[in-house]
Amino acid sequence: MREVAVIGIGETKFGELWDKSFREIGIEAGLLAISDSKIKGEEIDALYIGNMSAGRFIDQEHIAPLVADYVGLAGQNLPATRIEGAGASGGLALSSAYMAVASEVHDIVVVGGAEKMTDVSEVYAQEILASTADQEWESVFGATFAGLHAMIAKRHMHEFGTTREQLGMVAVKNHKNGALNPNAQYRREMALEVVLRAPMVAEPLGLFDCAPLSDGAAALVLCPLDKAKEYTDNPVRIASCGQAGDFMALHDRRDICTMDATVVAGKKAFKYAGIGPSDINLAEVHDNYTISEILAIEDIGFFKKGEGGKATEEGKTALNSEISINSSGGLKARGQPVGATGVAQAVEVVRQLRGEAGDRQVKDARYGLTHNVGGTGASVIVHIFEGGV
Amino acid sequence: MAIPRFWREIPSRYNLIGTECGNCGKRYFPPRIICPQCHRKSFGKMKNVRFTGSGEIVTYSVIHNAPKAFEMQVPYIIAIIEFEEGVRATGQIIDCEVEDVKIGMKVSPAFRKIGEDGKSGVIYYGYKFKPA
Repeated sequence: MREVAVIGIGETKFGELWDKSFREIGIEAGLLAISDSKIKGEEIDALYIGNMSAGRFIDQEHIAPLVADYVGLAGQNLPATRIEGAGASGGLALSSAYMAVASEVHDIVVVGGAEKMTDVSEVYAQEILASTADQEWESVFGATFAGLHAMIAKRHMHEFGTTREQLGMVAVKNHKNGALNPNAQYRREMALEVVLRAPMVAEPLGLFDCAPLSDGAAALVLCPLDKAKEYTDNPVRIASCGQAGDFMALHDRRDICTMDATVVAGKKAFKYAGIGPSDINLAEVHDNYTISEILAIEDIGFFKKGEGGKATEEGKTALNSEISINSSGGLKARGQPVGATGVAQAVEVVRQLRGEAGDRQVKDARYGLTHNVGGTGASVIVHIFEGGV
Repeated sequence: MAIPRFWREIPSRYNLIGTECGNCGKRYFPPRIICPQCHRKSFGKMKNVRFTGSGEIVTYSVIHNAPKAFEMQVPYIIAIIEFEEGVRATGQIIDCEVEDVKIGMKVSPAFRKIGEDGKSGVIYYGYKFKPA
């Protein structure tokens, strides 16, 4: 195994990008990352793209060679592979690329993540999201994706006294961060009263407890760390990755209020990186629902089980506080083009570790973490990054 | 969707048929071909067993924003039930006002229409749960 660095980042604006097609956003993010890294197209050895459900969202499967083709690299017979792991698709594409470089199979690899969700109706898009749970034993009975997370929230409130207000404060914080992110879907702050007053989607989760449906793409360029300085002055090292799985259906999990896959993936990532949760300065966690962020900050080990809501209320997860959680605005405010999420999280962490995050810069950041979840926790991938290398 | 997709699940959806591992005795619903505890030792030894479907609510939510097939039912209650045999399943709570549902509430199974596959597709049935 050799060390791997991120030498280029790129992302589109996230949102309802009606004037752009899937291939256009894929190309835009890819070209931004490639030009940021200053590599030449012919140096690229492979392309990995995280995408959850292009087949259902845009009626197009086989999207990896499609993007490679339209980015102008089909002529060099570039190997291009799509990775699918529901909401964790982007993070899994990154880990596949990381392993390909670490194992010396490839030198320069481009990782993309892309989803085009607004070409279908909102109701249909929600059904597609629900299909990442167990279709035959959860969704078929009317358990929506929001409903499954709402059941986690209800149980968390029951066991630990987490409040509706604390859930809402996750959204308030992430909107505050998103307002500082030029690429975020929602660049506006949101008052707690507004979050709490929103129509219910699945009790206790209201509309503003849920991340939006979005279009968007993000990309990274990876190369061996010892060659990174040839391309950039500020490479960011991928310190580790840890992946874990769990039972497909929420009702089969050991504990409804713990994502065991997050616990295990986090432990693996910390072990390989040789550091612990207290060493992390900022983390992009999978806040597809407000309750998901509370579970994530507990299960990664930033806060004790049951105390995630309280920590949020006390401002410990705000920008430049104890640990900066979701400085990008998270899935909640930056947006949630599903397959792009894991890659966009890495783009934000790398940007922060390079000191290029502008108004939302986390001060003196050395270690950053990304946490990307598929389904209600059946797939989790955690990456740790180190800057200033 | 083709009719067999619904038809082949009838034993479990109508009669709560799950499996019991012939090696360790642990029970599963829905049926499993391999026991996650015994792995290879359970292969070919999983026996069908019928569950009562009676148990209590572990957690629930009231759904307001529903898929097309459930739009007519909102607001409806979805819950995870722990059967008295120990396994858990997801299903709707019926014959219960949304403000009356509670964690720990005892429920028993009911046979109901679950949904339909579009306007001309198959109507499928299965279990829901009602206050016991």
